[in-house]
Amino acid sequence: MITHAFLQDYWWLIISLLAGLLVFLMFVQGGQSFIFSLPRSNMQRTMLVNALGRKWEFTFTTLVTFGGAFFASFPLFYATSFGGAYWVWMAILFSFIIQAVAYEYRSKPSNVFGTRVFDTFLFINGCLGPFLIGVAVATFFTGSDFTLDLFNSVTWGSGWHGLEALINPVNLLLGFAVLFLARVLGLMYLRNTIDDTELSAGIKRSLARNAFPFLVFFLAFIAFILLAEGYRADGVTGEVTMVKYHYLHNLLGNPLTLILFLAGVVLVLIALWLGAVKGSGRAIWYAGAGTVPVVMALFFMAGYGETAFYPSSADLQSSLTLAKSSSSRFTLITMMYVSFIIPFVVTYIWFAWRSINRKNITAEEMSGEDHMY
Amino acid sequence: MIENVDLTLVNWSRGQFALTAIYHWLFVPLTLGLSFILAFMETIYVRTGDEAWKKITKFWMTLFGINFAIGVATGIILEFEFGTNWSNYSWFVGDIFGAPLAIEGILAFFLESTFVAVMFFGWNKVSKKFHLASTWLVAVGANLSALWILVANSWMENPVGMVFNPDTARNEMSSFREVLFNPVAIDKFTHTVTSGFVLASVFVIGISSWFLIRRREELLARKSILIAGIFGLVSALAVAMTGDSSARTIAKVQPVKFAAMEALYEGKSDAGLTVIGALKDSGERMGEKRVQDVKMKIEIPKLLSFMTTGKADGYVPGLKDLVNGNPERGIMSVSEMMERGTLARQVLTDYKMAKELGDAETMAVLAARFNDSDFTDNYFRYFGYSFFEHPWQVIPSVPVTFYSFRIMVGLGFFFILLFILAIYLHRRNTLEKNRWFLWIALFSIPLAYLASELGWVVTEMGRQPWIIQNLMPVNVAVSNISAGAVQTTFWLFALLFTALLIAEISIMVKQIKTGPKH
Ligand code: HDD
Ligand code: HEM
Ligand code: HEM
Repeated sequence: MITHAFLQDYWWLIISLLAGLLVFLMFVQGGQSFIFSLPRSNMQRTMLVNALGRKWEFTFTTLVTFGGAFFASFPLFYATSFGGAYWVWMAILFSFIIQAVAYEYRSKPSNVFGTRVFDTFLFINGCLGPFLIGVAVATFFTGSDFTLDLFNSVTWGSGWHGLEALINPVNLLLGFAVLFLARVLGLMYLRNTIDDTELSAGIKRSLARNAFPFLVFFLAFIAFILLAEGYRADGVTGEVTMVKYHYLHNLLGNPLTLILFLAGVVLVLIALWLGAVKGSGRAIWYAGAGTVPVVMALFFMAGYGETAFYPSSADLQSSLTLAKSSSSRFTLITMMYVSFIIPFVVTYIWFAWRSINRKNITAEEMSGEDHMY
Repeated sequence: MIENVDLTLVNWSRGQFALTAIYHWLFVPLTLGLSFILAFMETIYVRTGDEAWKKITKFWMTLFGINFAIGVATGIILEFEFGTNWSNYSWFVGDIFGAPLAIEGILAFFLESTFVAVMFFGWNKVSKKFHLASTWLVAVGANLSALWILVANSWMENPVGMVFNPDTARNEMSSFREVLFNPVAIDKFTHTVTSGFVLASVFVIGISSWFLIRRREELLARKSILIAGIFGLVSALAVAMTGDSSARTIAKVQPVKFAAMEALYEGKSDAGLTVIGALKDSGERMGEKRVQDVKMKIEIPKLLSFMTTGKADGYVPGLKDLVNGNPERGIMSVSEMMERGTLARQVLTDYKMAKELGDAETMAVLAARFNDSDFTDNYFRYFGYSFFEHPWQVIPSVPVTFYSFRIMVGLGFFFILLFILAIYLHRRNTLEKNRWFLWIALFSIPLAYLASELGWVVTEMGRQPWIIQNLMPVNVAVSNISAGAVQTTFWLFALLFTALLIAEISIMVKQIKTGPKH
């Protein structure tokens, strides 16, 4: 028989996978953050926007699905975090609303606000989106200021409703790490998709400059959480206590987490070397294959192994564990059947991508009628 | 659960949700319908190889893309608003309500967004057949996403397929099939998507008429009018049928909403259907709510009784029966429901307290009550009523529901006529000569949007004060944040969405004026 606990772990796996894919797909945001700095001409900017514009829907849809899946499998998290950290989530949402229209409208005649405004929207989304999502995920390790009552309704301690997360330096570390990772991924993607010698040279230079801060912020964050106290939830009583080296223990104690983490880090390093040193267009594949497992490993550390994945720093016992916040067994089973469709979805996405991406983007193509944005 | 919530907070939260939903719905119905119209047109192109059809398809596809982008932008907000603004709701029902939302993402949105990319960028990159298949899949994907969100919405109107779990103090799903095949969901899905088809058809006919008025693109315009006329007519008939069946279902599951739609206060046998009427304050009050008289009414005798009960002399309960109770007709008063609900809530609170104290014996006794059908069917089902102070609080705004409903239905019949005329004039080849028709068709575009939005106003305002019928009133559902925060985001949304809407309309108008690429 499939136990409730198994299903909770299964759904955390799916959530982690979606998170990993989301972070990888934020190469779109990362690329957008270069809209004003990288291109040397309008044509280069058009190529950059069109390269990203063929993919933005996927990132967006993955974000939406990530939200929906979290709602269905761990509704108490949805209620607690969204209802409490109101401003952070609203800021994230605003940055995505403006993105969705920007591609379609930026170069259309009579767009009222002008191309510059829509390009600025893309830039804002490109910087703010990954940064704030990074900060929000960091609170899985650093905790938030909330309490839950008998009927599980949430009261947020800080009147800042989530913005207080921005003054915790540890959260900022992950925020910047995700931002620079997205930028690195964005550069690699552009290098892979656009045929333009001048742009490629610029990308190679930028890659080195962005890889360095990424590594510093990421390693600092990892070092911090591994060495700091973590939120341990007793497997039997559910009691939450602060335990030194808890996340380190989670990393080393679960072989799968450790393998994913190490393999992912190695792949990302190979990608950085390929991209920044060799100037290769294939870097993005290694970076993608590395990003997904590293993010999954982080989520595993936060959720598996007697851990409260959404901890409360104000009232330890209000912290959310997978068991406490999940949907019923029936719902999780139903949803598990639905999740079996995911491989099929991934297959057709792959197929459709290939069909329209066989040729790289070039200046000639952009001058023809196929140019959209 | 919060009992003495700030009313300002509740109202701003409702306002914000309504605002964002209304904006989202400005773009969705066109997506739902136009995607099919594109698929029809492209099918003709692939079958006949006639380049004119390709040009027509591409023209409408440009408009589709402009509309689609902003539909996506406004949609993401709604999903997250359940968490940000209705967090108690999200917890209380996330077990059931979250599932369709997640399925929507996995099953529908990916389908739509993947093949939209092929549809826009693939013209010269993939084979004709593959492109055509992509266009069809976009239509299917868009309408599938409507299915799942409407299943979720219907569950709020008529909660089924669940049991209450006292340990978690929430409702949990017990049958996915019941949630999916909820009678309300079937009506709502069929009615809503067909209404989207109608709106898109009116849109296509209206714009084509403008071309004919200007004597431009006449081939494109005439062909488009034919396709949209046929599709629109079939859909409009379906809208009337499914609307009728929605109303019957409401009469069963939401009698208060139904009575408000008809402004029916005194229950009646032989009740007639008010086709047109004006409301006037009668001076009488039910608690703090005004009682309205229907004046100047044109009524079809006995039809309401017949439609709701199947018998010309069937009894249709009015708001007074539903609030004050009518023992003769077996209708329980709201005050009785409030008492029963309060008792049920006390049992739950006692259970929670016993659990806190670790009193296993009391817990076992109380837990057993939740398995006792007398308790669940006669007491717990009125749980939501325990949050009211006065029985009259269950009455929604009668004028809003009454008028919105009549305008929507009236326009529904008007569109049927419009489509018939469009097909008829097309066949006679006299579209250009009948300029009055072309102008009416053009000015029908905003009317289609009006009908569509008013449909939602009937649905959503008519179910007030419930967020989940009989289980949870809106004021209990709201997030515990400050009213000021919601006020701020409300204005931010209003500003941003309005700015984007202006850009959208301006771009759209420009593209229409430019016409298809030659
Ligand atoms: C072009 C738009 C349009 C048109 C012409 C009509 N409707 Fe409609 N109606 C809608 C668009 C709509 C909608 C926006 O799709 C709604 C809102 C929620 C829903 O289920 O559909 C709706 C709701 C709605 C409801 C409330 C459902 C509920 O509360 O759950 C009823 C009873 C009807 N409709 C009945 C009709 C009838 C009898 C019509 C006669 C022809 C009609 N509608 C035309
Ligand atoms: C209040 C509840 C609703 C929520 C939470 C919601 C959510 C969303 C989201 C997140 C998107 C963007 C998806 C993407 O990434 O592509 C979207 C778009 C869409 N939604 Fe909604 N939606 C709601 C109401 C509706 C209704 C009532 C319908 C149809 C009956 C509908 C149909 C669509 C369609 C067809 C799209 C595709 C984009 C477009 O139409 O332009 N939605 N919605
Ligand atoms: C897109 C079409 C829709 C429109 C135009 C619409 C319109 C409205 C309006 C006018 C209100 C305010 C009612 C009031 O507070 O007096 C409202 C409230 C609400 N609607 Fe909708 N609605 C739509 C679809 C949906 C769907 C599909 C869902 C659920 C899946 C939904 C869930 C809600 C919720 C949770 C509220 C707030 C609580 C409440 O006031 O009842 N709506 N909507």
